Amino acid sequence: MDVDTVLWSRLVTGMTLGFHVIFATLGVGIPLMIAIAEFIGIRKKDHHYTLMAKRWSRGFVISVAVGVVTGTAISLQLALVWPNFMKLAGNVIALPLFMEVFAFFFEAIFLGIYLYTWDRFKNRYIHWLLTIPIVAGAGMSAVFITTVNGFMNQPGGFTMEGGQFTAVDPVQAMLNTATFSKVFHVLSSAYLTSAALLAGIAAFTMLRKGVSGYHKKALKLMMGVVLVFGLLNTSTGDLSAKFLAEHQPEKLAAAEWHFETESGADLILLGWLNAEHEVIGALHLPKFLSFLAFGDFNAEVTGLNEYPLDEQPPLLVHYLFDLMAGIGFALLGISLLYFLFVFWKKRNELNKWLLRVIALGAPLAFLGVELGWFYAEIGRQPWIIRGYMRVEEAATTSPSVRILFFLFLLLYIVLGAVFVLVLRRLFNNNPAEAEMEKWMQHAGDNTTEKGEHER
Amino acid sequence: MSYELIGISVLWLFLYGYLIVASIDFGAGFFAFYARLTKRDHLINRLISRYLSPVWEITNVFFVFFYIGMVGFFPDTAYYYGSGLLVPGSIAVILLAIRGSFYAFENYGSKNNIVYLFLYGATGLLIPASLSVALTLSEGGFISEQGETVSLDYWGLFTDPLSWSIVGLAIVSVLFISGSFLAFYASRAEDHSALKLMRSYALFWSTPTIIIALTAFIYLGQHNERHFQNMMDLWWLLALSVGFFMTAMWLLYGGRRYGLAFICIMLQFFCAFFAYGIGQYPYILDPYITIQSSVTSPSMGFALVVVFIGGMCLLIPSLILVFRLFLFDADYVKGMK
Repeated sequence: MDVDTVLWSRLVTGMTLGFHVIFATLGVGIPLMIAIAEFIGIRKKDHHYTLMAKRWSRGFVISVAVGVVTGTAISLQLALVWPNFMKLAGNVIALPLFMEVFAFFFEAIFLGIYLYTWDRFKNRYIHWLLTIPIVAGAGMSAVFITTVNGFMNQPGGFTMEGGQFTAVDPVQAMLNTATFSKVFHVLSSAYLTSAALLAGIAAFTMLRKGVSGYHKKALKLMMGVVLVFGLLNTSTGDLSAKFLAEHQPEKLAAAEWHFETESGADLILLGWLNAEHEVIGALHLPKFLSFLAFGDFNAEVTGLNEYPLDEQPPLLVHYLFDLMAGIGFALLGISLLYFLFVFWKKRNELNKWLLRVIALGAPLAFLGVELGWFYAEIGRQPWIIRGYMRVEEAATTSPSVRILFFLFLLLYIVLGAVFVLVLRRLFNNNPAEAEMEKWMQHAGDNTTEKGEHER
Repeated sequence: MSYELIGISVLWLFLYGYLIVASIDFGAGFFAFYARLTKRDHLINRLISRYLSPVWEITNVFFVFFYIGMVGFFPDTAYYYGSGLLVPGSIAVILLAIRGSFYAFENYGSKNNIVYLFLYGATGLLIPASLSVALTLSEGGFISEQGETVSLDYWGLFTDPLSWSIVGLAIVSVLFISGSFLAFYASRAEDHSALKLMRSYALFWSTPTIIIALTAFIYLGQHNERHFQNMMDLWWLLALSVGFFMTAMWLLYGGRRYGLAFICIMLQFFCAFFAYGIGQYPYILDPYITIQSSVTSPSMGFALVVVFIGGMCLLIPSLILVFRLFLFDADYVKGMK
């Protein structure tokens, strides 16, 4: 089999997923933020929050558009680039894929209604209620698709007979051992990242244009969400590590450069490897890996050398893991610092340095998501279905896949560039303050609002 | 009824649903661009965007639904179609991506950009063309399997009159369906100038639709005798289809009952599409995949049918809500909401 087409297949899929995950994260996370803002706006009768919901949802649609089309791309690519995988696994993963489409359908319907009915209901809570199916649909599609990924890591719910999956139990395949920790980590990181992004935008705008009531409120609200989901995210991350230690020890061992099985294993931060696979220049936290993995400083952690060489994941994943975890803690730290400043009267929580750090948190959060996914996926190599099918057995044999890589690369560059341009035009030419003023002038006059969401 | 039969019926129904909603969308893109070129865009653009903006995502889901369901019920299709369609499928994906995102960019972001409008119009014709390749492949003769490798005979595909007539049929029916729907929508909005324009578009595209349909049918007979014979046995469905077409033409020509005319066109395509599908039974890909040979395990089939019924219980009320809010709400259609 031609190694080259396999590598190109990997690259096409990796690139598409890497691009899609940005918009998928936004697609899962932002609706919750919109729902929270609109609810507070109605509750407190504070127009700033309602405006937040409106402006966020306007930006959100644009990102949904890119998310939808890249999502369509990846779901088709599954069959186009990995035909053998789909032929084998289609028997088992069809159910969650199908359910994901339903969840997405549900979300799509209500998103359309939500966007075009801002002023159609007398009771404003009715319009707010429309966010519930959107948040639920977005969350559920993440849940279902993550169960598919869970299955690829921890296949179950079938028996293997003559190269075919038989006696399939689709529900058991969905509720595989990896699903639980994965789902919660994916959801919490999506909410964390979206909140970090919106907080970062508010901080960035205040840095450039000075403090304003609207952005101050947005920052505080989103930092609160960052704090909550930062805490949740670290605990679900811990859960995932414990899952790995028990069920996928080679992935954890590769991430920690843990070669020899031993009890009381050290946690290794950064560093590098020499030719003899010895760790140099790393920070060792004695016995912490055992604690991280099993909640016991003296527990035995399986080492990578227990696995045959051709079943070991690449050792590069160590850096991905360390950076992802580092970013997770950094985001939590930033939000803690912010609230420390808020409650500690002598300090100004809106000082330039803190705002800069918060603004930096937004791209960092996305980097964290990317690193986390790359760790999860590269850490599973060489398997596509762990223990059952290797990646090179699953890929297409068509040499055209190389050309397609460049075609898709071009597509994503164009999409990404236009996405940024459109968002800039949408928000830079129409700052929140100006929009608020325009809006307040027309308050009470119901007819003027309508033009806004039409062409 | 067995799972595979339920499965393929449901999927065929969804493909039909996609055919209708996507045609409206794709054709609208072309009409919007064409109207801009001929400086008549002020007549119909508002009409088009009022209907399409809330529903464009739903259109897309119909498509995803179809092929995820296909792979779910019939995993073998992923292997053959996946391998064979790598290039045309990827092109369709890229076109869909351009269309969907640029449509949103234009509609919610920067407005009235001629480049976006061009992409929107051009992809509206290219996507049906690239997707219809899958239908041509299902007739057999273009995909060959040698050992582990499944390959597509591009030369055969490009030189076969059948594939071109199917592509042509896809494009003209998109324009016909879309034109007649938008005429109906304009008549609801009581927008007389848009109605006049859309009615003329619909009437114009009706003739090529029926001619190319007949041409494709004849070429099908030369390419796949079995499928042709099966469809001839279903002559009454085809006759019904032609009957609905005549009724629709009569109504459109008379310039009244546009809603009924559109329903007739939907029924026309329904009959033809199901005659085509039933005629192909039991093959999904002649001669490699039959419905019986490739079906998924019974437990998965059962689970999929259960999920499908549950999903429909959620979706149908939601879809009714969308239609009531945006399609049958007279005030919204007229632009008062």
